[in-house]
Amino acid sequence: MSLDKKQVKEIAYLARLSIEDVELEQSTSELNNILSLMDDLNEIDTGDVEPMAHPLHMSQRLRDDEVTEENLAEEFQAIAPKIGKSHFLVPTVIE
Amino acid sequence: MTWETVIGLEIHTQLKTKSKIFSGASTEFGAKANTQACAVDLGFPGVLPVLNKEAVRMALRFGLAVNATINKHSIFARKNYFYPDLPKGYQISQFEIPIVGNGAIDIPLDNGEKKMVGITRAHLEEDAGKSIHDLYDDYTAIDLNRAGTPLLEIVSDPDMSNAKEAVAYAKKIHALVQYIDICDGNMQEGSFRCDANVSVRRAGEGLGTRAEIKNINSFKFLEKAINLEVERQIDILEDGGSVAQETRLYDSIKNETRSMRSKEEANDYRYFPDPDLLPVVIDDELLKEIKDRLPELPTEKKARFIDKLGLSEYDAENLTSQKAMADYYEIIIDKGADVKLSANWVMGELSASLNKNQIDIQDSPISASELFNLISRITDNTISGKIAKDVFRLMWDEKRSVDEIIKDQGLEQMTDVGALESSH
Repeated sequence: MSLDKKQVKEIAYLARLSIEDVELEQSTSELNNILSLMDDLNEIDTGDVEPMAHPLHMSQRLRDDEVTEENLAEEFQAIAPKIGKSHFLVPTVIE
Repeated sequence: MTWETVIGLEIHTQLKTKSKIFSGASTEFGAKANTQACAVDLGFPGVLPVLNKEAVRMALRFGLAVNATINKHSIFARKNYFYPDLPKGYQISQFEIPIVGNGAIDIPLDNGEKKMVGITRAHLEEDAGKSIHDLYDDYTAIDLNRAGTPLLEIVSDPDMSNAKEAVAYAKKIHALVQYIDICDGNMQEGSFRCDANVSVRRAGEGLGTRAEIKNINSFKFLEKAINLEVERQIDILEDGGSVAQETRLYDSIKNETRSMRSKEEANDYRYFPDPDLLPVVIDDELLKEIKDRLPELPTEKKARFIDKLGLSEYDAENLTSQKAMADYYEIIIDKGADVKLSANWVMGELSASLNKNQIDIQDSPISASELFNLISRITDNTISGKIAKDVFRLMWDEKRSVDEIIKDQGLEQMTDVGALESSH
């Protein structure tokens, strides 16, 4: 599997990464190098191996349903670019 | 030309946990904006989500209640998109292996028969925050209190063939999640939200292209939105056009659906397993414990009302359609009232008055024990059924007790023969 420049541009847009046209050639070839490593991995016969969703052979720890967090709104809002009375403010998003 | 409609629903139910799905922040509704959003909910660097045990148990309760396959090994994934009320840039959801797999539920049809609707899956995920567009002129205001609230998204098979069936299904799920006490069902507060996938096809042909309708917050709007969308799609197809696969927003004020273009480019979510969360493993012991503690389900209650109380199928279906109504009815029955007469009063006079005044049965101005007293006065022949309706009105309006009203108004029937004779 390999990607062309158009696909790389689309992926960059979805990830909100800005890639200049001059960088596009290099990014595409770097990504394709990584993908070719995946092709190498795909050649290994994993028929007898159970698929894993995580490299650790462990299961998720669960926490009790208790409120443990205090209200730190002031601290969080102090570093926000713009706040209103109690809301975070962002440029208008229209549906 | 005969058209067939195909509908599937995605229902987001907010789970009734005290804290968020991946953090210890409170989920209480109505707090001041952003006071219940912690570093995990805000997506700060370096934080780790830790799964809420109760959210898992609630998902399992639902799975068992719809006889679904439980995936004893399920995985959380990142659903990637950019929107200001989603601080991390991804929503933690389940994609490949949801906790609840295939199940089914029966819905009542208008002709008295029932239809089985398949449930494709139900998965755990976190809710996003809220964007408020009309608070400031030049900005969108963001409240992240809701971010991280646990949701169980229940996805149906495309088994419904008209708006009425879709509403019947949604109501069944709405009742069930309240029976098993995993969701408060409050649609105004957004605890129970429906999205409808709607497509039409010419009779006998393959599935048509579907549109997804969002922003439906009542059963009435669900029916309206689907009927509007079906009409719109048939018009397009009959004019030789084609339906676009898109997300549409239902506008209840204009009574129309319209395209949500902003969502279009974002439908490539690039899901991948969330490396912050390990697979969730459910052992048989936990599953058994939850199964043993499952309350009586609506179908079981309905069967008991028919078998043990001798109610008709219709009455039993009606009375068990909402948990609060079944609870109300059972208080009356447990006090020893006549089952059929009580059913008639709860479904008749009481329901009509509640509907007319748009009051939920749990907020009824006449309590179950007061209605029991009224029914008792009919069965002990103190008053006739006809007079009882007048007494009911007075109870409703003046909130006075049955016996007080009967005494004040001199409504006792003269059933004592001696008294009748001596009055001559």
